[in-house]
Amino acid sequence: MTFKMKTDIKLAGVGGQGILSIATVIGEAATTAGLYLKQAEVHGMSQRGGDVQSDLRLSTEPIHSDLIPLGGADLILSMEPMEALRYLPYLGPDGAVVTSSRPFVNIPNYPDEKALLEELDALPKVTRMDIDQVAKGLLAPRSANMVLLGMAARHLSILGPDDLRTAIRTVFGRKGDKVVEDNLKAFEAGYEGLQ
Amino acid sequence: MRASPLRDFWVGEGGLKEVSFEEFCFVAGNEYICVVISTNRRMKMKKMLLGDEAIALGALHAGLSGVYAYPGTPSTEITEFIQNDLLARERGVRSRWCTNEKTAMEAALGMSFAGKRALVCMKHVGMNVCADAFVNAGITGVKGGLVVVAADDPSMHSSQNEQDSRFYGKFALVPILEPSDQQECYDMMADAFRLSEEVRLPVLLRIVTRLAHSRAAVEVGEPGPQNALAPDGERTRWVLLPGNAKRQYASLIAQQHGLLERAEQSPYNVLKKGKGLGVIACGIAHNYVQEALPEGISLLKVSQYPLPAEKVRELAAVSDRILVVEDGQPFAEEQVRGLLGPGYPVSGRLDEALPRTGELTPDCVAKALGVPGGKVHAPAHNLAPRPPQLCQGCGHRDVYTALNQVLADYPTARVFGDIGCYTLGALPPFKAIDSCVDMGASITMAKGAADAGIHPAVAVIGDSTFTHSGMTSLLDAVNDNAAITVILSDNLTTAMTGGQDSAGTHKFEAICLALGVEREHLHVVVPLPKNMEEITRIIREELDYKGVSVIIPQRECMQTLARKQRQKRMAAEGDFSTSSK
Repeated sequence: MTFKMKTDIKLAGVGGQGILSIATVIGEAATTAGLYLKQAEVHGMSQRGGDVQSDLRLSTEPIHSDLIPLGGADLILSMEPMEALRYLPYLGPDGAVVTSSRPFVNIPNYPDEKALLEELDALPKVTRMDIDQVAKGLLAPRSANMVLLGMAARHLSILGPDDLRTAIRTVFGRKGDKVVEDNLKAFEAGYEGLQ
Repeated sequence: MRASPLRDFWVGEGGLKEVSFEEFCFVAGNEYICVVISTNRRMKMKKMLLGDEAIALGALHAGLSGVYAYPGTPSTEITEFIQNDLLARERGVRSRWCTNEKTAMEAALGMSFAGKRALVCMKHVGMNVCADAFVNAGITGVKGGLVVVAADDPSMHSSQNEQDSRFYGKFALVPILEPSDQQECYDMMADAFRLSEEVRLPVLLRIVTRLAHSRAAVEVGEPGPQNALAPDGERTRWVLLPGNAKRQYASLIAQQHGLLERAEQSPYNVLKKGKGLGVIACGIAHNYVQEALPEGISLLKVSQYPLPAEKVRELAAVSDRILVVEDGQPFAEEQVRGLLGPGYPVSGRLDEALPRTGELTPDCVAKALGVPGGKVHAPAHNLAPRPPQLCQGCGHRDVYTALNQVLADYPTARVFGDIGCYTLGALPPFKAIDSCVDMGASITMAKGAADAGIHPAVAVIGDSTFTHSGMTSLLDAVNDNAAITVILSDNLTTAMTGGQDSAGTHKFEAICLALGVEREHLHVVVPLPKNMEEITRIIREELDYKGVSVIIPQRECMQTLARKQRQKRMAAEGDFSTSSK
């Protein structure tokens, strides 16, 4: 007798920040673990510096809808703090928010940063970190998204951190050892919560 | 990525690794492949595929000989998959981008005439462009299987309307398939080609954005053979002179009963009887209904049309009311209302049990089914919209900067835009265009406005949109000597959809001259801040000219440029593992 587990993840960010690479790694880990998976992506017009999101659903049972219902997400995983807030209505009652704390300001009416972070911190389960800073500190500036994935690993009960480490090796393996090492380092920094 | 049988296992270029006693997985690029070896040693292969990719692979495995398409979100990835597929290359499957959806449809019909299987792919509005060929292909009929994929975009994620392509299928009196998930996308292709050849009609396969661009595991089979060359000998079918056309149309009408009978018997149309509420779920709507899982209802899943009327009546007989759940417009709902008459309670989009506009969501479907939702967070306060914008360094930016600078001195000027990245010029900071309607409309609308007395009348059109539908517009303008200034902003690619080849690259001057644009009113400039003085001077001179002028700002798209540099770098580092799906 196995019991049913599911994790619904709302991935968010700004076009070009690399949220689909996070989805690819989680997807690889989930496939290897034999989980069911559906991943609704965003292509086309919204990729040009606008807000982007992807619904990633993992389950031990077959998944029907490609989209996560309102109040259904177990995790909002965002490369940008305001983009994390955008999907708040999708966050489930016990859901967690894991986000970069550094605003990406490419619009003139970006909200007040202090007020934004206060609103974020008022949520029951929030982990935020300046992932760009961390990645830069590791001399792996292009691996900020893997820092975020490391932070998320603490909230992904359906997958263990080792599943994700293996998936990072598989997904980035063809880009060479250096890229794999950078991404693993970034993942560990996020996982350990190293500022 | 291609797997080849090796003893009992399959191996691919990405390598093989053990997962458990019965399962092996390997990965190549963005693609996950899982091979399950079952106890009876029959091999099944699972791949993580977008709906679009499942359609592409299904078509290839069904013995496709050619795909004909113009890029358009959310359909683009179908053709791209085939272009990068090794089996397609080995078999010489024709896959280059076409100039527009009409040329695509006609070429596919030609391949079908020759007896081979052809696929046409487009976004929903592309159906408008190819409608002449599509509807008349219903009259001629086909020889080799011909499947037309229309990818609808309810909620207009990347489109200017949310028209429902199923109406085109009904209009042309041809069978329609509407897959509900990625597995059906794959499975239906073989059935669609077989159906097309059996009934000798084009088959329309309709998907929506959320299926096209969502990934799931798909169990795939083995590639089947391609058709041999076997041209159709029946001239009277294909020469649609009125005498022949009347006969063909009568036979198409006579076929309708048979098509309905096939839909009634189709394994894709499944009726599960319960009591109380009866639900008709079309295509992807089936997933949202399953997600809400209301207990005890009757459910009719519809994935093949004509609408199975007998099954609808059967559902009505065991239900006390019917809810029609379909993405797009109330296509099935109107027919159901007609079938059951005014006395039978039917709801759906028409009575706003479901929203009249926008795509279906698990939430609106659950609500319509009466399934209560949980508590939902209020939207955040510190939130601002983040619309898409032109990339930093994009040549279109310099074009709009120059245009705005000059037009500040021409308060009566109007700028007619077109479809592509440069439509973003409508948004701040540029706010540079007054219209965007359909592919090619910039030039012809500018001409009509000039005819009416607007001056200056400026058209802004991209290179790929120009060859898609702007060349005939320009010929009209030249023939009328219309006082318009056309800015043909050439970034050497079809950028908005991800950088596909553009049909007219390096040919634009020749095309404009051949259409009759005068040499002295045709200019090529490089849109860079350092050239601003030259560009604004030329725009100013041409606005004052009372005839057709064409200015071609020409500079490669930043995205495709960066991609080429990346590929060069990777090649230099000896990495050849890209695009080996």
